[in-house]
Amino acid sequence: MSLIRKTAAELGAMIAGGEVTAVEVAEAHLDRMAEVEPKVQAFLHVDRETTLEQARAIDARLKAGEKLGPLAGVPIAHKDIFTTRDMPTTAASKILEGWRPPYDATVTARLREAGLVILGKTNLDEFAMGSSTENSAFHPTRNPWDLTKVPGGSSGGSSAAVAAYEAPLSTGTDTGGSIRQPAAVTGIVGMKPTYGGSSRYGLIAFASSLDTPGPFARNVLDAALLHEAFSGHDPMDSTSIDAPVPSVVEAAKNPDIAGMRIGVVREFGGEGYQPGVLARYHEAVQLLESLGAKVVEVSCPSFTTALPAYYLIAPSECSSNLARFDAMRYGLRVGDDGTRSAEEVMALTRAAGFGPEVKRRIMLGTYALSSGYYDAYYGQAQKVRTVISREFEAAFQQVDVLVSPTTPTTAFSIGERADDPMAMYLADLCTIPSNLAGNAAMSVPCGLADEDGLPVGLQIMAPVLADDRCYRVGAAVEQALESRWGGPLLKEAPSL
Amino acid sequence: MTMLYDEALDRFEPVLGLETHVELGTRSKMFCGCKTTFGAPPNTQVCPTCLAFPGALPVANAKAIESTIRIGLALNCSIAEWCRFARKNYFYPDMPKNYQISQYDEPLCYDGYIDVEVNGETVRIEIERVHLEEDTGKSTHVGGATGRIHGADYSIVDYNRAGIPLVEIVTKPIPGTDRLAPEVAKAYVTELREIMRSLGVSDVRMEEGSLRCDVNVSLMPRGSSEWGTRTETKNVNSLRSVERAVRSEIERQAGVLAEGGKIVQETRHFHEDTGTTTSGRSKEEAQDYRYFPEPDLVPIAPDPAWVAELKAALPELPSVRRKRLQAEWGLSDLDMQAMHNADAFDLVEATVAAGAPAADARKWWMGELARRANETGTSLAELPITPAQIARVTELVASGALNDKLAREVLEGVLAGEGTPDEVVEKRGLQIVNDEGELSAIIDQVLADNADAADKVRSGKIAAAGALVGGVMRASKGKADAARARQLILEKLGVSE
Repeated sequence: MSLIRKTAAELGAMIAGGEVTAVEVAEAHLDRMAEVEPKVQAFLHVDRETTLEQARAIDARLKAGEKLGPLAGVPIAHKDIFTTRDMPTTAASKILEGWRPPYDATVTARLREAGLVILGKTNLDEFAMGSSTENSAFHPTRNPWDLTKVPGGSSGGSSAAVAAYEAPLSTGTDTGGSIRQPAAVTGIVGMKPTYGGSSRYGLIAFASSLDTPGPFARNVLDAALLHEAFSGHDPMDSTSIDAPVPSVVEAAKNPDIAGMRIGVVREFGGEGYQPGVLARYHEAVQLLESLGAKVVEVSCPSFTTALPAYYLIAPSECSSNLARFDAMRYGLRVGDDGTRSAEEVMALTRAAGFGPEVKRRIMLGTYALSSGYYDAYYGQAQKVRTVISREFEAAFQQVDVLVSPTTPTTAFSIGERADDPMAMYLADLCTIPSNLAGNAAMSVPCGLADEDGLPVGLQIMAPVLADDRCYRVGAAVEQALESRWGGPLLKEAPSL
Repeated sequence: MTMLYDEALDRFEPVLGLETHVELGTRSKMFCGCKTTFGAPPNTQVCPTCLAFPGALPVANAKAIESTIRIGLALNCSIAEWCRFARKNYFYPDMPKNYQISQYDEPLCYDGYIDVEVNGETVRIEIERVHLEEDTGKSTHVGGATGRIHGADYSIVDYNRAGIPLVEIVTKPIPGTDRLAPEVAKAYVTELREIMRSLGVSDVRMEEGSLRCDVNVSLMPRGSSEWGTRTETKNVNSLRSVERAVRSEIERQAGVLAEGGKIVQETRHFHEDTGTTTSGRSKEEAQDYRYFPEPDLVPIAPDPAWVAELKAALPELPSVRRKRLQAEWGLSDLDMQAMHNADAFDLVEATVAAGAPAADARKWWMGELARRANETGTSLAELPITPAQIARVTELVASGALNDKLAREVLEGVLAGEGTPDEVVEKRGLQIVNDEGELSAIIDQVLADNADAADKVRSGKIAAAGALVGGVMRASKGKADAARARQLILEKLGVSE
């Protein structure tokens, strides 16, 4: 079997055992990228030499007898929203085109410490705002299952790269579903850790109280290995939780869910959901029951108000977070011809540098925070957020995890929702509550929808700092379905 | 037309409000590890966080939070059990994030007061809030007439100051100061400065901007109880300017009101050279700061037990200390005021602690040493002499080993680096002549050399003895005990006083 078909765990073991070198593994993936990138366009930045340099360094350390972690030498695609010293970082925005950060994000630094080899920076919706990666200022990314479909978003470059076998692993960030939704629509595993469980330092902020770095992989164990590699307390991020990382790898290796209590969220999965999505979802719930779990229905009525609350809180924070892009210290500068004031240069730069969705959210947020409107919008949304957190707490008194479809539909067509922001926002209907409450949530593949043959994701939600439960349930679903299917859902990327 | 101060006060009553910013003297900035050294080359004390690079995050400086709580406690404030930072959003090139991390409706300290003395009267100033925020960078506008951003050819920004911890102390409105308004304002800022110094939280140098004051003034007609529209005067950079700014704004507003005009709620700038204020931006067009809780930081929840510890460990506050020292030393209000102005309390107190009588300690520090400090343009504390050395000199004078003249020479020697007082006495040979035989011999010689004067004394013109004593002092190079010499001269000439 070719190297690109291996799991990350297998590659790590082969490299550690001297069966193959990190350089060989990197080259296999670089070659795959050269082959499929013209169609998929998952990456914004690829630099073969920088990648091979990293791989050579790992090989040298292994040769010197150094004991490295389980992912040493394994290639990874890195979302272009994490700063990297040796590669440009743009957040897929014209306003940062060509910017080379002077520092590594904590996640980047921990990937390097774990010996992962960064293949390049992946595409995303500009500043992680979107659900299709069509909002990238540079180019859209295509879904490897069907090149006319979106790969989800905002981390669509990362989901597409893994689904297209360009990389066994990738990083993402999840603010309203930006890891779970792309994972679901590309048939891979995506995990949003507990908020504060992974560091935001060096992650270009969209909405500070929601942004959460997390892993993508083609299987649950690989996701757990990556989760463990970059998570944990970071003194550079004040909102980072000073607690041990939940034992996710152990959970992924022990998919025993007999006796576990699983709650089906009543509010998600009714009218408005694609029939093929619902069919796979209901089968998955039955599967969980057949594996010995006790399944009960749980009502969380406020979850239906999560979407509007999110679209007040996230834009409010973004309107402030993106104020720093002002042409003064880095990035694009427009109109600085010696005749204009600093304020005019700021305004011209921001007008030219931000795309339409980013501008829409900055305006929404500016309005929601304005004097006289704050209480009605931002203040009210914060109250909804508190209520949602309480409903999660109450639900987790009754059950160990909650489940729902990850998304109401499978991957939609490129351009289909581009002019309809409301339709686009609905893609995150089921994922947003966990962002507002800060709890852990995962998407695992649970089959293909009958009507379009595209992947469907099952969302597994666990309490704050109980990330391991997502992995335990996810691994159980994966194991059972793979034995039914006779192998992984994603044996190959069908359209490539 | 401005109105003369006395006339303005005949017709109007002022209401004051003071907002003071204190830069804390922490070693690192408020939200990153950058140094805070004043006067470093531009943009050398910066990092991704204080330059607001994408992805960089703030981490709050624990020492700054502690200092702010100590300030709050010293100002008799309540300390919040739970509060948050907030973002104040506005665009300005010297503010890297284009928002300032500050506090909004949840200040760390609130509802306090301090008492200040003006003309022997105690005035209580109520404190609305004390909160913690970060400073901005410093813009310099080059070209143009005003030195302000509008009309400048270009501007340069130094971000070294961006992110230095800044404590804002806001008073409640202060009515009832009447004619003393300017003095009250100055006394308040002076007292605040003393308190910051005693706490050791800031070097509070107004000229370096580590203490900045905005002065709010409004007027209401005598007999009215409805406050007028206020203005906020910035750029008040010395204690004297605080007083002048209040006075000038009272005169200006009275003039406007007397002519039937309206006071515009606005920011005004104080000009040191003219002592007057000019209009800045109008508050009516002021921005909506869109405050919201800072999501990058966790709430501050100081443990009440820790706050109690900080309170118990507060140093003696300046006003309390002044009262105690005055009672202990038995010195006049005038002496105390002079020492206050010369910043001599610590030195005098240490000198007294080393054994000197308070009156002597005051006399040396405020006399000879103040003169020397003045000549060399240094502060008393910077003189190369210690309170213990002054105490030793007073001891030598009290024991009769030195007289005042010799004592001044000893001080000169110590200041010149010749060693301790005892070493200077030894090296310069400054001991008073106590040997009666030696003194007697000197006197005999002086009487022989000044026969005329000696005859005058013998004939009863005792006043002429002064010249003879002077001769003895000259002959002994000042080391004779003048009183004893006079006594012996009169004895030898057979006269008595």
